[in-house]
Amino acid sequence: MTATTQLGIVIGYLLVALAVGLVAYRVTEATVEDYYLASRTFGTVVLLFTVFATLLSAFTFFGGADLAYLYGPEWILVMGLMDGILFAILWYVIGYKQWLLGRQEGYVTLGEMLGDRFGSRGLRLLVAGVSLFWLFPYVMLQQIGAGGALRGLTDGAVPYWVGATLITVFMVAYVLLAGIRGVAWTDTLQGVFMLGTVWVALGWILLTNGIGTINAGLAADHADFFALGGGFYSPQTMLTFAISIAFGVAMFPQVNQRFFTAGSETVLKRSFALWPVLVLALFVPAFLLGTWAQGLGIAADIGAGEHALPIMLTELTPGWFAALVIAGALAAMMSSSDSMLLSGASYATRDVYRPLTSGDETMDRRETWIGRIGVVLFAAGALVASLLIETGVSAGVGAILVDIGDLAFGGFAQLTLPVIVALYWRRTTRTGMLAGIILPQVLYLGFNFLAPRLLVLPGIGPVTLFQSTYGGWGISLYCMVVGLVTTVVVSALTTPAPEEDAATYFERLSGD
Amino acid sequence: MAMDAESLLWLLAFALVVTLAIPWFLWGVSLRVAGLPVWLWWHIGWMVLAAGLFWAFSRRGWGLGIPTGRGDRP
Repeated sequence: MTATTQLGIVIGYLLVALAVGLVAYRVTEATVEDYYLASRTFGTVVLLFTVFATLLSAFTFFGGADLAYLYGPEWILVMGLMDGILFAILWYVIGYKQWLLGRQEGYVTLGEMLGDRFGSRGLRLLVAGVSLFWLFPYVMLQQIGAGGALRGLTDGAVPYWVGATLITVFMVAYVLLAGIRGVAWTDTLQGVFMLGTVWVALGWILLTNGIGTINAGLAADHADFFALGGGFYSPQTMLTFAISIAFGVAMFPQVNQRFFTAGSETVLKRSFALWPVLVLALFVPAFLLGTWAQGLGIAADIGAGEHALPIMLTELTPGWFAALVIAGALAAMMSSSDSMLLSGASYATRDVYRPLTSGDETMDRRETWIGRIGVVLFAAGALVASLLIETGVSAGVGAILVDIGDLAFGGFAQLTLPVIVALYWRRTTRTGMLAGIILPQVLYLGFNFLAPRLLVLPGIGPVTLFQSTYGGWGISLYCMVVGLVTTVVVSALTTPAPEEDAATYFERLSGD
Repeated sequence: MAMDAESLLWLLAFALVVTLAIPWFLWGVSLRVAGLPVWLWWHIGWMVLAAGLFWAFSRRGWGLGIPTGRGDRP
């Protein structure tokens, strides 16, 4: 199997994605609602797969499988609780209410929805600013992953910068052409492709090796993999990951904006019920494969940046199949990044650029073009940054950006509870929202980036500040509690400003 | 807003589905059934059960807790 053939499979896949984008372009209209939200018309299959494919990043195939390879398959339970159950409940609690509001008031972004209710351009800017701060480095991580995956697949024949640039150019092409429709249709293709490849891979490994051999290998060196918990997996660790990622996902712009896109209440209901099944269908095989790689004695140096799954497939399956699965992994990265580019651009142009320039609200056609320019700038900026990091030109800044990307889920999770309070508690005030969003962000950044410091408190004793976990629980959970309490207490202590209009979220809201 | 019996039942059912998504009572158990850890079979069954509960909620309980202009105000 030559590198050329493998690259051919990947390029072929990219061209198919571009073709789907072209088809979507033919039905796209030149309005903002159509470009960002497909005029709120998505059916169950497209909505479910576009959110699903967007949720899955390189992590499913590489990082998650590596975790299962190193520590055992319990990560399956974390994903089940996180994406299958907690996210489904947030889908109802946040998503359904947001969808009702969006349909009634014409909102396109989260910042717009909050800014309107609280009569505050500042709140709108803050929500967009916080979101873009966490989103940008996360897009970079995907590009870094894509560059590395193509370099690994071709044994260096395709250098890192060519791989990362290639993927970015293809993505930008169909995002520019067809907006959310292009993204969602390619997501559906990518989601089906990922599900297909992971099950075929599982079947292949199982049939050619047998569960007996795999388990014997595990029993010899990693007997603890069969038992629930132990080692890396403490109850605190599992719950911290499941809760902060589930709550973070709901505020990721590309996921949150999709709450507005459902065509009808029936679509929301069906997707809500199908979540646990879809999560089951993808994560059980993906993470079992990681564990089985350990049982089959596959040697992967995870610490040095190797990944268990591609190494196992290259050793145990034909080269064309391994290339197909790598294409599946690239699909996972692209389906996340393309959505992030589009949503990021919509936050930047609608919530930051337009209010600051007091643009004309009626210039709909112009706005889709400003949005497209935003997509190009966002993609190019993230690409340049990830290339600079790899070449070591700005290693210090690069390390910080990679850290921010890794912390993004926890950062977004800090927005979720204040938003839920705003959606369900009439007495929430603008001041409460501003305080409830700013304080946990500052704390979360401080505790993750500042060096630990020992403080001696009178009556309590020594306390170490700025650790990332306390009692086994991650700092993101503590910050979420602070955000919730701050929003409620400050709201209770302040009175609504004259511009605030609680009726928007309550009396004026009508269901189907 | 006083919670009626139906809402309370839904809330309890959701709480149960969340609580036992990780089978804490199987902590440390390494028993295998058909080659896979027994807790993995629990996971498979539990996710199907969760999907069933969510489906039932979408049929019978949808709209609970969402205040709208047609009454049901906080």
